[in-house]
Amino acid sequence: MTFPSSTTAETGADAVDTVAAAAGSSAAAIVGRSPGQLMWRRFRRDRTGMISAAVVIAFLLIALLAPVISWAYGKDPSTTYGLNEPGLLNEYGYPILPNGGISGDFWFGLEPGLGRDVLTQLVYGIRTSITIALIVTVLSTVIGVTLGITSGYVGGKIDYAIGRVIDTLLAFPSQLFLIVLVPVVDAALVLPDQESPTWLRFVSICIVLTVLGWATTARLLRAQVLSLREREFIEAARVTGASPARVIFKELMPNLWTPIIIQATLALPLYVGAEAGLGFLGVGMPQTTPDWGRMFQVGSTVYHSDVTYLLFPGVSMLIFVIAFNLLGDSIRDAFDPKTKR
Amino acid sequence: MTSFLVRRVLGAIVILILISLITFYLFYALPRDPARAFCGKICPPATLELVRHNLGMDKPLFVQYWLWLSAIFVGRDFTQFGPCPAPCLGYSFATQEPVFDAIVDRFPVTLSLTIGASVVILSFGILTGMLAAWKVGQPLDKIASSSSVIGASLQIYFVGPLVVFFVVDTLGLLPRPSYVQFTEDPLTWFVHLLIPWLVLSIIFTANYTRMTRSQMLEQLAEDYVRTARAKGMSGRSVFFRFAWRGAMIPIITIFGVDLATLLGGAIITEQTFTLHGIGELAVQAVQNTDLPMLLGVTVIGAAAIVFLNIVVDVLYAFIDPRVRLN
Repeated sequence: MTFPSSTTAETGADAVDTVAAAAGSSAAAIVGRSPGQLMWRRFRRDRTGMISAAVVIAFLLIALLAPVISWAYGKDPSTTYGLNEPGLLNEYGYPILPNGGISGDFWFGLEPGLGRDVLTQLVYGIRTSITIALIVTVLSTVIGVTLGITSGYVGGKIDYAIGRVIDTLLAFPSQLFLIVLVPVVDAALVLPDQESPTWLRFVSICIVLTVLGWATTARLLRAQVLSLREREFIEAARVTGASPARVIFKELMPNLWTPIIIQATLALPLYVGAEAGLGFLGVGMPQTTPDWGRMFQVGSTVYHSDVTYLLFPGVSMLIFVIAFNLLGDSIRDAFDPKTKR
Repeated sequence: MTSFLVRRVLGAIVILILISLITFYLFYALPRDPARAFCGKICPPATLELVRHNLGMDKPLFVQYWLWLSAIFVGRDFTQFGPCPAPCLGYSFATQEPVFDAIVDRFPVTLSLTIGASVVILSFGILTGMLAAWKVGQPLDKIASSSSVIGASLQIYFVGPLVVFFVVDTLGLLPRPSYVQFTEDPLTWFVHLLIPWLVLSIIFTANYTRMTRSQMLEQLAEDYVRTARAKGMSGRSVFFRFAWRGAMIPIITIFGVDLATLLGGAIITEQTFTLHGIGELAVQAVQNTDLPMLLGVTVIGAAAIVFLNIVVDVLYAFIDPRVRLN
């Protein structure tokens, strides 16, 4: 059986690249590319994807370089400038200058009440929130993938048990359980008469978001494994005597990376939102730690008089989440060009 | 069908018992002692013991849980508060009112929020999604798709205050969000809840637009659509009479989940607009270490999620005859 146009097996543009490369170097060998390389080539051509990747990287750099930024700018997030220097806040605690006290000294204005610098608060807040979201994404993905694959591959009683745990977790009123669990985990980690340190709240938030977050990934992975398990190539591997470990890591995993990465890119912006939501409801990071959610909490109490303060965390978070969502879409397209959105 | 329903309802009851058990045990890990809070600032050990006894907190945890569970079906007599007929969820530690009554009291607020928002979300989300699929690749589709990306990325605690600031504080177009009883004055009820509905829908609609669009495109590639076209049906009839039915199935799934979330108390929304619904009750219960209230709200919220999931599964069978329930 012959295929008249076997060269079109590659996607059009890749074929053109290959032809151009071949013409350039006059070496007529067809270059073999790994799926990763193909994905990268597709991704590089996606303009939206590249721009949003740049925005996301910019945010990560801001988070990473927060101390450098605040050093160059000459302010820090904890000093209460408005309380220390007269003439910045009025008697009600609001900035005297219009637009939230924006001036040459305080580029993004001052926090109403405490009079801290908004720019450094924001930069350090991005650092806190993104760090938490990244940790939670990694943890919940690892747990979800492990349990999902186990459940789908092993089956039987283990599958039943994990399935019921997932069902229960997904039936939890999640917003409610977030606010219930954070103080509980806090209390479980310290002795009752001890003052709970800041890092502990950080740990509790990570634990709670992970506990409530892994179930979605696990359910997805379980379904994927269930359908892959019946395919011929798995059967072939089993028949040739491959151990379960080999089947899972060498046969199943290469087919699961795409859904795993897609799920993780979908989850991260949700965790950023959830972490900020905790801060907004007053069970997020303590007041001394700059945090996106905290800024929303303060912002939502002062917005009648000072709406500018709410705009900085709001707009910056909006940009980050949009960029990350678009990046996720582009990664999905690059991995799997057949899917339609 | 009957055996499916029986199995699902039994499963749902097991999940609800599990969730209430988990909440119950978690509560005792909370740093604050509810009996001490109940007893007041100056509290001699003898009084504290008496309060513990009256609240039933001196019994073993499992017995306490059993008393709570059985009270839902047979009612219970409290030494502290008097009798509590079934369905009894106990008395609030903080306000001393029956939990069931408090939830029933707050329910109209949450229900109003849910109904209004659902109407806007469904009609607007499905409409824009269908239009985007109808005009796929054209400017209308691009506008709908990109605005849904923005909508999905917005947060209620950011948009809510902004809208209130511009529409209420600056322009004075609408009154500040609050709850007025529907039976008292439907028009005032409507006007006061308009902002929360719209803000909630901005965030939720995006999901429905995207989902409807991609589902419609998927359905249009199906064989039955080709058959309908081949026998000469016009594009419009295929689109609006056939394809949308298939596209609605996943929409019903996510709507079931969203509806349950909203009914269980949209905590952040109610907090943003200071509406006194079930979500606010939940936040207060956490702040006051109010176990009966917390249990009541959690179980009601979880029940909404679990039972709406069953309703969704049954609805599948009605919409799509290919689905078999077993």
